[in-house]
Amino acid sequence: MAVGAPVTSLDPHYHQLSPNNAVADMIFDKLVNTDGRARLIPGLATEWRAVEPGLWEFKLRPGVRFHNGSEFTAEDVAFTFQRVPNVPNSPSSFAIYTRPIRGVEIVDSHTIRLRTDGPYPLMPMDLSNVRILDRETHQNATTEDFNSGKAAIGTGPWRVISHRNGDRIEFERNDAYWGERPAFQRVDYRMITNDAARTAALLAGDVEFIDQVPTSDLARLRKDQRITLSETTGLRIIFIGLDHLRTDASPFITDNDGKPIPHNPLKDVRVRRALSLAIDRQAIVDRVMEGAATPAGQFLPEGIYSHVPDLPAPRPDPEAAKKLLAEAGFPNGFRIQLNTPNDRYINDARIAQAVGQMWTRIGVRTSVEAQPWTTFIGRASKQEFSAHLIGWGSNPEGSHPLRNLVATASRERGWGASNRGRYSNPELDRMIEAALKEMDDEKREKMLQDAQRLAMQDVAIIPLHIQTNIWAMRRGLVHTPRADELTRAQDIRPAAAAR
Amino acid sequence: MTVFILRRLMQAALVVLAMSVLVFIGVYAIGDPVEILISPEADQIERERAIHALGLDLPLWQQYLVFLARAAQGDLGRSFVFNEPALQLILQRMPATLELAVSATLFALLIGLPLGLYAGLRPNSPVSKGIMAGSILGFSLPTFWVGLMLIMVFAVQLGWLPSTGRGETVEVLGMRWSFLTWDGIQHMIMPAFNLSLFKISLVIRLTRAGVRETMLMDYVKFARAKGLSPARVTFVHVFKNILIPVVTVVGLEFGGTIAFSVVTESVFAWPGMGKLIIDSINVLDRPVIVAYLMIIVLMFVTINLIVDLTYSVLDPRVRLEAKS
Repeated sequence: MAVGAPVTSLDPHYHQLSPNNAVADMIFDKLVNTDGRARLIPGLATEWRAVEPGLWEFKLRPGVRFHNGSEFTAEDVAFTFQRVPNVPNSPSSFAIYTRPIRGVEIVDSHTIRLRTDGPYPLMPMDLSNVRILDRETHQNATTEDFNSGKAAIGTGPWRVISHRNGDRIEFERNDAYWGERPAFQRVDYRMITNDAARTAALLAGDVEFIDQVPTSDLARLRKDQRITLSETTGLRIIFIGLDHLRTDASPFITDNDGKPIPHNPLKDVRVRRALSLAIDRQAIVDRVMEGAATPAGQFLPEGIYSHVPDLPAPRPDPEAAKKLLAEAGFPNGFRIQLNTPNDRYINDARIAQAVGQMWTRIGVRTSVEAQPWTTFIGRASKQEFSAHLIGWGSNPEGSHPLRNLVATASRERGWGASNRGRYSNPELDRMIEAALKEMDDEKREKMLQDAQRLAMQDVAIIPLHIQTNIWAMRRGLVHTPRADELTRAQDIRPAAAAR
Repeated sequence: MTVFILRRLMQAALVVLAMSVLVFIGVYAIGDPVEILISPEADQIERERAIHALGLDLPLWQQYLVFLARAAQGDLGRSFVFNEPALQLILQRMPATLELAVSATLFALLIGLPLGLYAGLRPNSPVSKGIMAGSILGFSLPTFWVGLMLIMVFAVQLGWLPSTGRGETVEVLGMRWSFLTWDGIQHMIMPAFNLSLFKISLVIRLTRAGVRETMLMDYVKFARAKGLSPARVTFVHVFKNILIPVVTVVGLEFGGTIAFSVVTESVFAWPGMGKLIIDSINVLDRPVIVAYLMIIVLMFVTINLIVDLTYSVLDPRVRLEAKS
């Protein structure tokens, strides 16, 4: 099988990055797993409950052994939580998931209690990101030990045979796995970053399975008798962030004569609504994305916890949009520049061009500037843009995008780190905060839906679509697609053995 | 001679130094590595931790001084992405690129020289015209397109060769080599040919031009008049003289092949240095970029040196003067 993004490390705590997480999911286990639709299911923990607000208890699975025979106990969980924030040189650590843990109590060898600062309903979700290591084996293991394969020892369904950086990883089935045994004896996990070459490798039969199928090849692969596709709506939303920071002139907005407008039109919700109404999302999905996306009016897709049922993708309505612009004092529109990366998301620059044309149609003359992600993201994070196209992969819980994308940026709370338009609404902040203290899942879902409704009514961001994740394989294989984009060998089986 | 080599090495050191300054400023100007590497979910505290962990919280000139101090001790820093010493990463990938470059150069010589020779000796035959037309294609077709076409034809349609990757390798001297296994060689044929296409054309044109020129020389006429066989005239008298420009160009091209085989390596998922450097640039992995460029500069200097030395062996008129 071949994947499109290189795996950079086998250390499960070194770099929080999807390709690494996919491979870590093959070697290691988490206390809480997620299924293909991103629902929480038991992993190394068989059950969990909040004993009281601020104290979580996890019952651990008995009789689980690491690849080297060492037994899995509560000590290992405690050790893992200790190691996570202390991996040297980590460019993006998993400490964000363990930071809420204030204290760890080992009740017995297979029960562990985690104390948090006040009620913290997200604990199981956070722990579905943390892979468990063995205290005896990994006491002094460095990232290099993992990369060489020496310390790549977990409780997961696959053992590592060899790892060649940036090229391939070879796995062998872990016959002693506690869960469902993988269907294959060995797996050769290759990295082919070039899209066309990856598709060609599948067609040539060099690999049986690929991920990140390029949308331009979709039509052809669908017709090919030798190939089957597996797809599911993902959790990655593509949206447009707007400059909410400046009340005076915004850097890339001018009037029709090219002179700066002294006040930022984007501060007016009518203008934002007009920009959103101008966009024909279905057309973008059909023409640019070749159908591999779903038009979006909110952060999360249908069927995911805290999705808002009564918030469909806005229908395009250029006339209403023009009227709103006129009401806001721009009967003749204005000029704006839309910035976009051109190598990050599927068809990113082309989407931005489509949006630009649709905006121009209602009188907001748009020029699109596309740049590589390396230069784009630094500028976006410094609020240098008036409007920017960007994506976000959510955890399956409304508070996650809310907290990161539209909550007021605050270091103390750790909120709004990806709120690059610097939207700020104290009312919304209060709602998010209240929801994050609510331990009852049903009540919390309602609160999160209300908060999302508010954010969308205020057009904090302009959602465009949610990407569909697509894998392709030789006929005769079946794959359980995952909303979280992870490509894992245990999700593939021969067609006959399925059902 | 010694002075000549010493002076070359001094120049190399200066170039390396200037280049490292450029990379530092360049990466700084492009963007912030942490922004690219960090998980989008990370909060502000985690971002600050990462910036500190990678040493990016210091002012740029301090970062550079830290780098220089470590480099003086042979430590070119650790990759931000892989958390392994940058030098080691590059050296791990070097065999893959080296064998690709060597086989591409061999292809260029084995195919280019005979064809060029033929085209030079019989400039008016239709075959020669065909060769010359073909060499124009070799120059002008973009590498990535030819690579993909090769894959489509030989791997997807005909199924003769594997499409991508490196195949089986054998470990010799702690490095992995493909050319020692049949599977490895099969994997190497297409990328090596793709990489050599431009060079083949270049060698054909150089050889042809050289032959046409030399054939008119007096010593060739004399050799013929003396009654030497056409084969001897061609292979001893002509061939030796046309080799000089060919060696120079192929030598320089060899350096270029190693340094810039990026496109071919990406298309064929060949895990060499070219792929490493392009991946590193995409995530602004500065230690790897610096280390890579330093190695490349040193390599070019060495190759130039070797070319100059070979030149003097091939052409007795050229002597390396230390005085000037």
